[in-house]
Amino acid sequence: MLVLTRKLNQSIMIGDEIEIKIIDIKQGQVKIGVVAPRNVKVHRSEVYEEIQRENILAAKAPSTNDLSNLNNIFKGNLKKK
Amino acid sequence: MKLRTTRFGEIEVADDKIINFPEGLLGFADKKRYTILSGDEDSLFKWLQCIDDGALAFITIEPDIFMEKYSLDLSDTDVAALSIETPSDVHIITLVTVPADPSKLSSNLQGPIVINHRKKLGKQVISTHPDHKLRYFLMNNDKEEEC
Repeated sequence: MLVLTRKLNQSIMIGDEIEIKIIDIKQGQVKIGVVAPRNVKVHRSEVYEEIQRENILAAKAPSTNDLSNLNNIFKGNLKKK
Repeated sequence: MKLRTTRFGEIEVADDKIINFPEGLLGFADKKRYTILSGDEDSLFKWLQCIDDGALAFITIEPDIFMEKYSLDLSDTDVAALSIETPSDVHIITLVTVPADPSKLSSNLQGPIVINHRKKLGKQVISTHPDHKLRYFLMNNDKEEEC
């Protein structure tokens, strides 16, 4: 891991197109601005852990091969957005 | 190939129905091969059955079944990882969580499963779209919950 120290309003470049800027620092929280091309995903790293936990929950799917129950109960009830 | 599963007993899986997930799924990185089991023709839910582990299977649903105008931005990395050449290569499904309280049935829109059905490659990607919740409740009587 590369560790750099920055002050308020200073920034870091990653490659030629990604900029990380320190926008605000207060009460133990740092507000970080990110400039990146549209097709580079930027997200909080907890997201990986959250999805991992949700996958594990999803894997506890019913031990039955019968999805018709689910379909019957939920077909009429599924939200349409 | 023959596969021993806990939910379906022994099943036959054709080679062209095997989908390879080079990175596995988050939390299941070492399981690399899956197949989709459809059940009934008109079933909205399908099983994503792991071939490397007959006890591992996920209930899935396509997001455009319950979300009009569902769309997903794929990063260059995801497109390259899946060898996607055109949008018609892409098939998207989401993992469904069936909790003890059935009214809280949810779909994981934040970590959808993207499949290149031509190349038989799959990957769980992360969506940064604000509407794509980790737990998107599928039942009518629920408010969406922030997760």
